[in-house]
Amino acid sequence: MSGPSTYEPKYAAERWLDKRLPIVRFGVDFMAFPSPRNLNYWYAFGGILTLCLMSQIITGIILAMHYTPDVNLAFDSVQRIRRDVQFGWLIQPMHAVGASMFFLAVYVHMFRGMYYGSYKNPRELLWIIGCLIYLVMMATGFLGYTLPWGQMSFWGATVITGFFGAIPVVGESLQQWLLGGYSVGNPTLQRFFSLHYLLPFVIVALVALHVWAVHHVGQNNPIGIDPKTKEDTLPFHPFYTMKDAFAIGVFMMIFALFVFYLPDALGHADNYQKADPLKTPPEIVPEWYFLPFYAILRAVPDKLLGVILMFAAIAILFILPWLDTAKVRSMRFRPVTRWFFIIFILAGFILGWCGARAPDDVAIPIGEGGLTFKWLSRIATFYYFAYFIPILPIMGWIEKTKPVPDSITKAVLSGDA
Amino acid sequence: MLKMFTKTIAIASVVMFSLFISAGLASAAAAGAKPDKQKWGFKGPFGTYDRPAMQRGYQVYREVCSSCHMLEQLSFHHLADKGAPFYDADFPNPNDNPVVKAFAKDWEIEDVDQDSGDPITRPGVPADGFPHIYPNAIAAAAVNGGAIPRDLSLIIPARGGGADYLYALLAKGYVDAPDGFVVGDGTNYNTYFPGNQIAMAQPMFEGGVEYSDGTKASVEQMSKDLVEFLAWAGDPKMEVRKKTGFGAFLFLFIFVLLLFMTYKEVWRNVKH
Ligand code: HEC
Ligand code: HEM
Repeated sequence: MSGPSTYEPKYAAERWLDKRLPIVRFGVDFMAFPSPRNLNYWYAFGGILTLCLMSQIITGIILAMHYTPDVNLAFDSVQRIRRDVQFGWLIQPMHAVGASMFFLAVYVHMFRGMYYGSYKNPRELLWIIGCLIYLVMMATGFLGYTLPWGQMSFWGATVITGFFGAIPVVGESLQQWLLGGYSVGNPTLQRFFSLHYLLPFVIVALVALHVWAVHHVGQNNPIGIDPKTKEDTLPFHPFYTMKDAFAIGVFMMIFALFVFYLPDALGHADNYQKADPLKTPPEIVPEWYFLPFYAILRAVPDKLLGVILMFAAIAILFILPWLDTAKVRSMRFRPVTRWFFIIFILAGFILGWCGARAPDDVAIPIGEGGLTFKWLSRIATFYYFAYFIPILPIMGWIEKTKPVPDSITKAVLSGDA
Repeated sequence: MLKMFTKTIAIASVVMFSLFISAGLASAAAAGAKPDKQKWGFKGPFGTYDRPAMQRGYQVYREVCSSCHMLEQLSFHHLADKGAPFYDADFPNPNDNPVVKAFAKDWEIEDVDQDSGDPITRPGVPADGFPHIYPNAIAAAAVNGGAIPRDLSLIIPARGGGADYLYALLAKGYVDAPDGFVVGDGTNYNTYFPGNQIAMAQPMFEGGVEYSDGTKASVEQMSKDLVEFLAWAGDPKMEVRKKTGFGAFLFLFIFVLLLFMTYKEVWRNVKH
């Protein structure tokens, strides 16, 4: 798919270098990468995610110069950053809001892949590497949220590490090993900081594999058929560099809106209060990007079962390529499954809503006593899993798909792409 | 079809964001009465702090609250930073600001004698932090009937209701308990405090301070001024952040427009 290299060294020095280390050739071929000509804006999120990762690393390294991972000093050191460090008032919210933006982008990116069937042959590994990135991102986000050592940092860490305690037999010792003690304390904070600094670079390595895989198998596209002729593709540069740059610019405006005008909107007020191990906050809620999984965890009465379900909700993403049995990739040609997919997204939002509310509060006032968040999250959890098994495999066998265009160019010219 | 997909996601995202944000606010206020919304000059995209109000607010803090509550995140020199209540352009170095120097001198700071190494106390200087009032949390609780007077420098960001909550708590909350409500020993009824029983007795009364600018010191006025001061104390870089944000948006807007035009130009001859 990447095609033969088109690079021709022009000068003696370039030829000398090309023979020994074809790094310029690599760059030139990278930019000339043939991309389907019908990619829409949902395909800009890969570029947006790259920007997010770079922004997190750069702001994070600067924060780490001023941050102190000690239970007595961490909270105040973040305040020092926001108040006294040159441009700390900008860098700290960029990092905190940036984490939310990163997850916003990754969710769109994943839903995009699910809608256009980008996980199917030959892109299974590409998808799995993506799931790994998501997993490591979640770990990084969780560890990072602990660092400012506010009330939510502390109690969130306590609740989440508590999940490991639910594992039979080894749970308790595993939990103590993770925490470095019987409860969340200074050893926990120090190791969380160390790992929070490490994991982003693991993400960088995984992203390199991810991009390598994309370049090997080629990009999928909104109609999900392979490019057949040269006409079906355009060189990455300048066509998609410019389209992505525009999309990144728009994304930066949303990012800036939150950083400058709503820096606290995505956080929790309790985290402006120093961690107090003796005072449990009235409610413990994780960051918004974990809420759907938190809702799944709380949907069942048994703690261990909840933990298993929560991990299963992520694990099932890894085997998605083999659960979807359809030959046609894009949902555009799958009139019924498309609706199942849209309901799946809705279920995700509903789970997020449930995760933010107390389980026994009434969500929808119908019937006697109304539908509580607990029951709503049970319904949504059930659908979440039902989408993967059995809806996807069965629909793949029985659904009558719409006719797929012959080629990307034909579809583009007839206005169907 | 794509349009529908786009629309579904767009609508769903908007719904999700508003839900989460409102969920946060709603649950934070659930335990006490919901405070009324007040007009604050520091809200909104062009909001700024009211300097005379902040100065009066500091006076109220100093004269009424500072015996029990500290300002943990502030040093005296912060009061004279650019954008702070007592900023004076003649003294770009806040440590030279005479007003703040005088404030600092007013406090006793624990230190170590430079010759003998003995513990001493000396008058404060602008570089000092606001001193701790109690040696530790146990001591704080012991003299306050078991409740701890919190740090006030972050009280507004740390409460879901923010400025409106603080104003309501101080200016409107201390009323007689409704019939049948038993107020516990050493606590006071307050409409807006979670659980409605607060260990702090009503701290402010009409004329509790004497403002030098002639403003009448009603409880409402003092509460408003305090909120203005504490809002600044919680987010001292708000003004510079919003101002920079405006510039950033202007830049981004032009930049994105240019990118869009370049994109259109590059794709001009390609049907897609
Ligand atoms: C005599 C000591 C004392 C004085 C003076 C005092 N407070 Fe308090 N304050 C307390 C105590 C004790 C509490 C803890 C109450 C509780 O937890 O029930 C408290 C609680 C508070 C709270 C916490 C509300 C919350 O949501 O947790 C605020 C805000 C507050 N005070 C503001 C003020 C302000 C502003 C002043 C000055 C006008 C002031 N206080 C003067 C002792 C005092
Ligand atoms: C995958 C990328 C990253 C994600 C998702 C992420 C996420 C987060 C989150 C959610 C917080 C809590 C912010 C708050 O509520 O205040 C945080 C804090 C922090 N992060 Fe990161 N981070 C990433 C990369 C990095 C990197 C690369 C570094 C350093 C090399 C870093 C250093 C820090 C430090 C020092 C803090 C504590 C200071 C603070 O809270 O502002 N982060 N991170």
